[in-house]
Amino acid sequence: MKTTIPLSKLINAPARKLVDRALAAAQARVPIPLQIRSLHLLLKARQRLLRQLPFPVPVEAPIPPVDEVALGDIDVSNPFLYRQGRWLEYFRRLREEAPVHYRPHSPFGAFWSITRYDDILAVDKNHEDFSAEPFIILGSPPEGLDVEMFIAMDPPRHDVQRKAVQEVVAPKNLQEMEGLIRSRVQDVLDRLPENQPFNWVPTVSIELTARMLATLLDFPYDERHKLVYWSDLAAGSAEATGGTSDTHETFVAVADMARHFTRLWHDKAARSAAGEKPGFDLISLMQGNPDTADLVRRPMEFLGNLALLIVGGNDTTRNSMSAGVLALNQYPDEFAKLRANPGLIPNMVSEIIRWQTPLAYMRRVATRDLVFGGQFIRKGDKLVMWYASGNRDERKFERADDFIIDRPNARQHMAFGYGVHRCMGNRLAELQLKILWEELLARFETIEVVGEPERVQSNFVRGYSELMVRVQRKVAAG
Amino acid sequence: MATMKFLLHDGSSRNVPLIDGTSLMQLARDHGVPGIDGDCGGACACGTCHVVVGSAWLKTVGARTAEEQQMLAMTPDVQPGSRLACQITASAALDGLEVRVPEYQM
Repeated sequence: MKTTIPLSKLINAPARKLVDRALAAAQARVPIPLQIRSLHLLLKARQRLLRQLPFPVPVEAPIPPVDEVALGDIDVSNPFLYRQGRWLEYFRRLREEAPVHYRPHSPFGAFWSITRYDDILAVDKNHEDFSAEPFIILGSPPEGLDVEMFIAMDPPRHDVQRKAVQEVVAPKNLQEMEGLIRSRVQDVLDRLPENQPFNWVPTVSIELTARMLATLLDFPYDERHKLVYWSDLAAGSAEATGGTSDTHETFVAVADMARHFTRLWHDKAARSAAGEKPGFDLISLMQGNPDTADLVRRPMEFLGNLALLIVGGNDTTRNSMSAGVLALNQYPDEFAKLRANPGLIPNMVSEIIRWQTPLAYMRRVATRDLVFGGQFIRKGDKLVMWYASGNRDERKFERADDFIIDRPNARQHMAFGYGVHRCMGNRLAELQLKILWEELLARFETIEVVGEPERVQSNFVRGYSELMVRVQRKVAAG
Repeated sequence: MATMKFLLHDGSSRNVPLIDGTSLMQLARDHGVPGIDGDCGGACACGTCHVVVGSAWLKTVGARTAEEQQMLAMTPDVQPGSRLACQITASAALDGLEVRVPEYQM
């Protein structure tokens, strides 16, 4: 029998090696935006010359009720599962019948789903058996955009890079920021139209997170919406998360992002060389730490860590800001409870984050053959820790699907992850949400959802693109 | 009854009774000791019940485990006597113990 090797394979492997070597050498010298552009050209050329097919665009089809699907056919990587409201029944069935579930075929390859709280906790804590490298999303980012982030690095490399930047969101820094965050929230809320429906998502949730990001990065305030645009593209690639980003548009955006941040980096370096006191923003912190002081010369890490912090502070807080409004409207008794006792806000913030779980999962790769949850898992297998499912696990949370603002163990939600990769921005997220709700309660008599929300297409981000709301101000006392 | 003391960052302190078999994190939470968050509920998975044990007590209390070390590795103000309170079990042997609560948990 004759085996034919496709021509593309023959050319591809050695050509790739050569290109990779040249790239590594060039990376430290060529300006980053140019590098991104040439990677983009390379991708286009490969797709044309080597007939590499672009990742298929996910097409929405109605998802059947879970009882009509055989256990082995369940594919929770479907980016429409959340949008179509089927995710609850699918994950409940996996938790009951196959808590460590194998899906051999999906657009993102084979993967295991871990869906119970205790199992997810065990995997998340064990970075030796379950590596976060090379990516934490189900698929792979588009070739050429596979930047390096410490969220997808194992110790000790992870620890070094995280330590360099975590101070920016450390509680000490947050105390300084509280006043600023509050005045911005007040400003945004004071401008809201009264008695007239508006989309809460861009008007409140996106606006507030964009302002926060611009502050953390010391990014030009007037251009803050670029941060949101870049973040949405980066998190929304079809091959990574089943999202809607166009790969070529993403390349252009990443090159633009690289240009902005390289300029910001050099500008800051020049100012501190001239004797200016460094600020307490992310880039200044990186420049002040010997481990990351030359990060700009390692472009894929530089871009990766900036993208990580932007995405990490964008979709998460944004969608929790929208989720609180939606949840309190779906559970009016809880809204009444909150009005009667605003002291419940901190606990409610944890409950909002549990109920929403704005990022559905993190992915790991087994570093050796092992048995987990009675299943034989091979070295190299992908495992997906479905935080969104763990946060609805009835074994951990009573009436897990209900939104209960004084839930005693709400703080034990797993939306921040556990172990060494636990979200470093968790206290900032909680602070932003706490302030938002304090200021909302102080201002508005009613905050009413007036239409079905529009949910985003993704297997990773659980969020809203539209939430129509009408507010009514309190009558001024006196 | 055996008791222990949490020394808080503001200079004040809290005495709590030692209940055999209960973790120091749980004791702190049950008695409303500020500065101990214990987000994960005692699974050694979040690092937010950091306390510092003085050198005089370290031998009795014991050094931190590898699992604790992993969580504490990222803590900015980690000390030789740093432990996670959820991993220390109360017993009569700890009567009179004092531990310091850091300014912040993260």
